[in-house]
Amino acid sequence: MSAEAATAAIAGDPPKTQTLASVASGARARVLRIDGDEHFARRLMDLGMTPGTEISLVRRAPFGDPIELIVRGSHFSIRRSEAARIHVETL
Amino acid sequence: MSKPSERVALVGSPNSGKSSLFNRLTGLRQKVANYPGVTVEKTVGDCILPSGKRIELLDLPGTYSMAPRSPDEQIVRDVLEGRRESTDGADLVVAVVDATNLERQLYLALQILSTGRPAILVLNLIDAAEAEGIVIDVPALTRKLGVPVLAVSAKTGRGMDRLREAMDAPRGNGHANGNGNGAAERPTDAPALPLPALLAGLNDPARGYKDVEAIVREVVRRRPKPDQLRIRIDHVLTHRVLGPTIFLLLMATVFQSIYAWATPAMDVIDAGFTALAGGVRAALPPGPLQSLLADGVIAGAGTVAAFLPQLVILFFFLALLEDSGYMARAAFIMDRVMGAVGLPGRAFLPLLSSFACAIPGIMATRTIENRNDRLTTILIAPFMSCSARLPVYALLIGAFIPDRHWLGFIGLRGLTLLALYLFGIVAALAVAWVLKRTVLRGRRPLYVMELPPYRIPTWRSVLLTIRNRCLLFLKRAGTVILAVSILLWFLATYPAGHPETRALEARAKTAAAAGHVAEAAQLEDAAAGAALRHSFAGMLGQAIEPAIRPLGFDWKIGIGLISSFAAREVMVSTMATIYNLESGGGNDAEASLRGILPGVTDDRTGLPVYTPLVAISLMVFFALACQCMSTVAIVRRETNSWRWPIFMLVLMNAMAWGASFAVFQGGRLLGWG
Repeated sequence: MSAEAATAAIAGDPPKTQTLASVASGARARVLRIDGDEHFARRLMDLGMTPGTEISLVRRAPFGDPIELIVRGSHFSIRRSEAARIHVETL
Repeated sequence: MSKPSERVALVGSPNSGKSSLFNRLTGLRQKVANYPGVTVEKTVGDCILPSGKRIELLDLPGTYSMAPRSPDEQIVRDVLEGRRESTDGADLVVAVVDATNLERQLYLALQILSTGRPAILVLNLIDAAEAEGIVIDVPALTRKLGVPVLAVSAKTGRGMDRLREAMDAPRGNGHANGNGNGAAERPTDAPALPLPALLAGLNDPARGYKDVEAIVREVVRRRPKPDQLRIRIDHVLTHRVLGPTIFLLLMATVFQSIYAWATPAMDVIDAGFTALAGGVRAALPPGPLQSLLADGVIAGAGTVAAFLPQLVILFFFLALLEDSGYMARAAFIMDRVMGAVGLPGRAFLPLLSSFACAIPGIMATRTIENRNDRLTTILIAPFMSCSARLPVYALLIGAFIPDRHWLGFIGLRGLTLLALYLFGIVAALAVAWVLKRTVLRGRRPLYVMELPPYRIPTWRSVLLTIRNRCLLFLKRAGTVILAVSILLWFLATYPAGHPETRALEARAKTAAAAGHVAEAAQLEDAAAGAALRHSFAGMLGQAIEPAIRPLGFDWKIGIGLISSFAAREVMVSTMATIYNLESGGGNDAEASLRGILPGVTDDRTGLPVYTPLVAISLMVFFALACQCMSTVAIVRRETNSWRWPIFMLVLMNAMAWGASFAVFQGGRLLGWG
């Protein structure tokens, strides 16, 4: 599925959405859609961040950026600027 | 030895333990080269199967997806699809996955299987998975995927025999169950896929992962729970205060060990080659052959060998940091800081190492995945003030900077040295800034990076890393360094037999015969000086004088600049020879040189050649110029082309010229000359 398709799949944002960049450490969230070019969306989805996937935000790096996530049992780090393109609903 | 009859490719994601498996299967029968035309490294090895069949094993770069996003991933895809001319596909693909996390790892494995090549799925790290309470129904997975599935631990060697047997089994079809009946033909057209629906979903990650989830639900009992130990270690290593502190301590240890601990070993190597050259001088009659062997070949081989202690130490630490999983944390901690200058967190260690020497520093850039980031780091590494510049700085500071102190401990000489170090750093950052906006511009690479579980590194992997890196250096850079050494020797030695040199040599012989030892030594030094001044290097020095005059340098300094291309510290010994101080008049050559430099006058004008302003101009030149054939050779090796080392050479020397020009002419305008 392309990024456009991924976006289209979840037309009409649920009311309480935010981006991953604003999720607090220790909180959990569910991926709704990924903004940005297809390259970016496909890479994140290849890593398992497909729409509907649950993500836990573990911590921020010592200097505030990047952040650490758990996706499907694996830990990833991602810059906040990248996380700001991932729309989620908090759980 | 016969050529291996088949090629087997190992494919897996970056943290699947693929390389440990490769090391297990090949041991010392492996080598590293480059794929033609790209900077991607090719690791191949020989593996002998139970039947005695030898195969070529190819350790493909780690990848997360068959949809290529980088040159590394493109290679994986090309090999699996048999599209690369030089690698013409693989007869068998071994897909390696980390058994502790099948949900994420099977996604790539299914993409690999979908290429239709004969394949084996290896569940690596099975002992770690069992320790976490994960049970995988291997027969069920085999039935589901239609390829042989084996649970192994590359670390302990468990299951390796069965893997070798499975690799040995005749393959009739892409998705045979490994119990083929010896059918020799191997259809190359697409075999029937066992799970067409599932495989069709792989162009769609959402669907692909759904299918993977379904398989995992069936074959994995007890889902992995968060690894508490890892979370606790991370809590310390990436802690707000402790994280950066531990990082700096580790980096300081690595730096200290390259900078200081390698020295004794380098001294031993140096002494060994000096003794060898002495032996050659004693065994052969004086003449061109003796000179070529002692001063050209052996000296050049000594230069090459002297790098090995630093490389061994650096790659020991690098392998430990990378294999343990710490390097990913270091990048996590440093990304914000290094990001401020447009570099990735992983550039920190290579740049730090470059303060000892740019050669190990540049070789350490291989942990940087993005091509532009890596090239930028390689190109700015030589600006870090390496230990070879120190003897030159020490000479010039000692001779021309007054030993003045303030408040008892702030010394002018120390401040000058500090300023030179900072100057190099600022120049490096400025160059990085410009490169990132011009020749190495490109979309900002995705940072997204896995933070792998902590693993205890194995000696096997660490030692193999050190061995491979040292061999690569010797073979690919060492040969260039040796060739350039011989060329530099030639330039400094020929044309020989200038009348002035001959006359001085004759007088030295007479003096020696008469028993005037001190006078003979002085005359010999004078003869060596005359020989160098009348050599091709001397002529080159004169030829480039118009270009370096505006920097305050005369042709004798020009000779020093040319010969220091062998290594920057050679400047000191060359200047000693030029000023007839080769043996230092019984003293340390550097100390005698420091004494005479302020009094050296120009042959034509009678004015002092060296003023404090000239010394500063020369130090600024050394801070920026790429006067190091070894750096050029290693950049050639790491970028797999001559383009980047030549670019670097021109850029650095143009900057050095410009900065020295500004310093010297500016200083004269201000009346300091």
